[in-house]
Amino acid sequence: MRYAMAIDTKKCVGCSDCVVACQTENDVPIGYCRDWVVEITNGTYPQLETELRSERCNHCENSPCVRCCPTGASHYSEGGIVMVTKNECIGCSACITSCPYDARFVHPEGYVDKCTFCLHRVKKGMKPACVAVCPTKCMYFGDLDDPRSEVSEVLKKRKYKTLIPEAGTKPQLYFLI
Amino acid sequence: MREEIIVSGRNNPLIDPQLHVWHWEIPTYLFLGGLAAGLLFFAALYYLRGKENEYRTAVKIAPMLAPIALALGLIALFLDLHHKLYFWRLYTTIRLESPMSWGAWTLMIVTPVSIIWSALHIKELFPNWDWKFDFAKELIGFFQKKKKVLAWIMLISSAILGVYTGILFSAFNARPLWNTSIMGPLFLASGLSAGSAVVIWMSKNHAERKRFAQLDLMIIGIELFLIIHMFMGFLASTQVQIDAVNLFLGGPYTAQFWGFVVILGMIVPAILEGLELKGYKIPVAIPVVLVLFGSVMLRFIISNAGQASRWLY
Amino acid sequence: MKSRRQFIKISSLSAAGLVFGGGLLETFADNLLKTNQSYFKGPYDFSRTPTYCEVCFWKCAGWVHKDENGRIKKIIGNDDDPNCNGRFCPRGTGGVGMYTDEDRLKTPLLRIEKNGEQTYREASWDEAFDFIASKMNQIKQEHGAECTALFTHGSGGKYFGKLLKGFGSNNIAAPSYAQCRGPREVAFLATFGQGINSPENTDIRDTKCLVLIGSHLGENMHNGQVQEMSDAIDKGTTIITVDPRFSTVAGKSKHWLPIKPSTDIALLLSWMNVIINEDLFDKKYVEKYTFGFDQLKAYVQPFTPEWAYGITTIKPQQIRETAREMANAAPATIVHPGRHVTWYGDDTQRLRAVAILNALLGSWGRRGGFYKPEKAFVPHFHLPDFPKPNKNWRDAMSGKYKLADLALASGVCDASIPSPEMSCAIKGWIVNGTNLINTLPDQKKTIAAIQALDLLVVVDTMPMEITGYADVVLPECTYLERYDSLRISQGREPSIALRMPAVDPLYNTKPAFWMARELAKKLDLLQYFPFETIEEEIDWELKQVGSSLEEMQRIGVKRLEREVDDLYFGEDEDVEFNTNTGKIELYSTALEEEGFDPMPVFTQHPEPSEGFYRLIYGRAPMHTFSRTANNPNLTDLMDENSVWVNPKVAKEWDLTNDQYVYLENQDGVISDFKIKVRITERIRWDSVYMVHGFGHTDKRMKRAFGKGISDTQLITNVMIDPVMGGTGMRGNFVTFRFDNKKTEV
Repeated sequence: MRYAMAIDTKKCVGCSDCVVACQTENDVPIGYCRDWVVEITNGTYPQLETELRSERCNHCENSPCVRCCPTGASHYSEGGIVMVTKNECIGCSACITSCPYDARFVHPEGYVDKCTFCLHRVKKGMKPACVAVCPTKCMYFGDLDDPRSEVSEVLKKRKYKTLIPEAGTKPQLYFLI
Repeated sequence: MREEIIVSGRNNPLIDPQLHVWHWEIPTYLFLGGLAAGLLFFAALYYLRGKENEYRTAVKIAPMLAPIALALGLIALFLDLHHKLYFWRLYTTIRLESPMSWGAWTLMIVTPVSIIWSALHIKELFPNWDWKFDFAKELIGFFQKKKKVLAWIMLISSAILGVYTGILFSAFNARPLWNTSIMGPLFLASGLSAGSAVVIWMSKNHAERKRFAQLDLMIIGIELFLIIHMFMGFLASTQVQIDAVNLFLGGPYTAQFWGFVVILGMIVPAILEGLELKGYKIPVAIPVVLVLFGSVMLRFIISNAGQASRWLY
Repeated sequence: MKSRRQFIKISSLSAAGLVFGGGLLETFADNLLKTNQSYFKGPYDFSRTPTYCEVCFWKCAGWVHKDENGRIKKIIGNDDDPNCNGRFCPRGTGGVGMYTDEDRLKTPLLRIEKNGEQTYREASWDEAFDFIASKMNQIKQEHGAECTALFTHGSGGKYFGKLLKGFGSNNIAAPSYAQCRGPREVAFLATFGQGINSPENTDIRDTKCLVLIGSHLGENMHNGQVQEMSDAIDKGTTIITVDPRFSTVAGKSKHWLPIKPSTDIALLLSWMNVIINEDLFDKKYVEKYTFGFDQLKAYVQPFTPEWAYGITTIKPQQIRETAREMANAAPATIVHPGRHVTWYGDDTQRLRAVAILNALLGSWGRRGGFYKPEKAFVPHFHLPDFPKPNKNWRDAMSGKYKLADLALASGVCDASIPSPEMSCAIKGWIVNGTNLINTLPDQKKTIAAIQALDLLVVVDTMPMEITGYADVVLPECTYLERYDSLRISQGREPSIALRMPAVDPLYNTKPAFWMARELAKKLDLLQYFPFETIEEEIDWELKQVGSSLEEMQRIGVKRLEREVDDLYFGEDEDVEFNTNTGKIELYSTALEEEGFDPMPVFTQHPEPSEGFYRLIYGRAPMHTFSRTANNPNLTDLMDENSVWVNPKVAKEWDLTNDQYVYLENQDGVISDFKIKVRITERIRWDSVYMVHGFGHTDKRMKRAFGKGISDTQLITNVMIDPVMGGTGMRGNFVTFRFDNKKTEV
């Protein structure tokens, strides 16, 4: 099993609903966020193009954060989801510096927090909160090992990219372009 | 024009707008760890080479600073932890891939060894010291007999500690500036240099001071060589690493790095030490303080600049 | 009063023992941590209650989920709701913050004089109502009951409206008309005999070509439309965007026409020219359904793409190409009427041009164009007749704006300024859920009108600027703490939705129904409020349509069958349009009767002078005007607006990114606060852009105070639409200031 997410940059309007939905679903304190939206504009008026991306932890297959964790608090869970066990975490921040995507942060309680792909929902057969709420339906979630999953299907049909593939982390967020 | 912005208002403390999660604690801890490593390394080295009496300060006196430095370093490390009450989790597991874990376990070995080493030589400093309890005396006696084994352990573990202070940074692929294997030797060399500077300062023996001044000069030479190597490596690498090293070549950390670390922390003390070896009268404190200052600054600047370096996407 | 923080703390203490277990050290550590509130405690089984969203006018229906401590946790869309299809927008999801905002109005306030200074004192509800009732009766005696007015942009408006009508006034206005969508309604009424209304009957789901003119769908998060647009993108729909700004949707368009601001009518006329002259229009449709085609054909002859190029700066080739694209996709083409369309004072005419273009393409009443919406019919309890007012705000307009089909908020405001033409100006206002200070253009005028009032009652949840001018402030509880009237909205299929409280009201806040009814008691108008509670009224209404309050509490949304299957016109169906001629009027007889141009005319509008830039304002997807400006969840996403500046302009002014500047408009008005500069290629060099709804001056809104600037403050030149009184607001020009010292004149 290999959970992954595909995000359609052509449909995303950057509304940030994914961010609020994550905050309310996961009780992320105000002032912090586990996901965010990046907007990139290239060109000169009027020859312009933009890309909008909802980003979060890439749940890398080769996660530097899991490797550098001195206590094993950062670990792989079901389907390769990278999780942090909060009462094993000492808050040394090594994982934060190890992440090329800046996806982790120190929760005000002291432990390191990040996107969980809403594992608690996924276990119940639901989609992550951000995917479920997105008004543009620009996010797809599922098991890459299942060729019929939503995410496998869309990756078959569309061109995509990952972020900083050259960092060698094997990220599992796929951006449809 | 290219414009890249986060439109969802992300402002995670310590992360945005630029990573700044490590402040003074980690560089301080790395400096003190490196210093302790330098002191212990020379103590073990010259003991094993039978120069115990010739280099009395290096073998017997100076290492007593090591447990203090380590203790202070550990306090700094502890202060850096955000989830402090769970610090003991470091010692419920060994994670071979994690430099932090390596460091924690190395310290677990180095710290007691340094304390024992200091205990063995406490009478050098306080001739009237009395261990009071018999079991303490027996224990001291035991280690006195095994001193050679102890010295070997100390030699190896202090070298690991010294290298570790650099590996901690270089293991982070995500921060291009840190991501070079030169970091390990460079930080080891810097620690040794700091250690030998402290010996020069404390020693009253002319031969010992001369020996360590020569040593320090050599180490500084190695450090400069490593730094040049580091720049060559970066500049011949990917755009990401070129961007990273440009932090020191025209970027915001240029003046600090070249001014504090290279000139004040290496070249100036090297010249002063060289002059002293040639017989000029130089107050011993000046080069020593400069070397220690350079060693501290190296850690701070590398720590801060590294956090400012990132992948582009 | 208990603060939120204490409340959370208590709940986490009781849970701590249950959640954690394990080793001795762990327990020790956890015990030490107990004083910290725990945010993450994993998933719960929630209890949920239905609601429909009040953060914007789209009114999506959803579920409010609570955690085991009865704390509101999240709001999720209702899968059965046609407005949102189970997906809320960021504002709806962040609606929780409307409830948790600690800066809310908490208790009724009365204006008093203390040591020569005016201030508020906390009052009981009874005191507040007594005061309002006595003032209203006084106005009735001195000036007549019709000298009162209601401004509303919220669900509670229905009840205050009933109160006011019973009292004897029909001056009931929403700023969403004359300040927003009014010209669109009038133009489509004049053309098709039917307005657009809300949610729009645009069939984006099935369209093949979507034309957006200044409409920044995606930045205005009109949920259902954005969802359908996204589906359309998936299907490869051609999007054509006309905007001087490279809007989000422009980035998703096949064609972006970076038009020179204020020249849209020229483009629309030349599109008609191409479509007619190249024989691209829907001949059968035009022949069967429209009136005045020959006049139109003759009229548009001079408006060639070459003519338009000189005005709009859009290349003729691009105009032709896009016209052909539209025609190729027709009738599944939507030339979108937009929503906020009060721009240059000739807006009804511009929207007429949009309507005509749609008629030429045959998209009205066709799949992929405009469908025929249906609204559920829910009978209301029969009330005694309302007294007939002797006059209303229209009498102050000396016969103007007859075509306005709804009251003009700006008109009511104008009618409150004493003037010789009016035998009596409006003397008392009730303002419900709309911050008129930031909503109506020309703040000075609004404040002048307020100064002439005998009574200003403000009903709101937040201490918006308007509350600072009130004689009485009535704190309304948020939509999460109250029942409201049923949501009966139009759509492909009719639906009704229920809002019920998820939690008890915080503080001393009350729902509008209760307030209106209590006031009715004091004013002897109880005959208009036959039900003692709103639950009884809703239940009665629901039983008339075969449902009940109990059922709706369970399902939240009820979709009803369409009466007839007539979403689109049938093949060769004869259709009677509600216009003078019974046809789609390309040539408007109604406008002609009132002395206006029967076909849209392009007029040149003023352009910014040297050093000035046209102020264009818009929306951000995470905010609804100023309503959300202090919402903790939404300010977390965006807490200030920025001014978009083209790099060329930035260079000229030596501006850097994130620098803060003041703006000054053509009339010398300097913004109260500073605004952050965003240098971006996405805006034309002759304009600047900012999001509306920021720059709040009321310190009681801690998160919003002084953040960004208010575009409304800089909109002092208002171009009134002669047809229906819309307030055109895009004719204002600003320049940059590095200090806010008034220039000596």
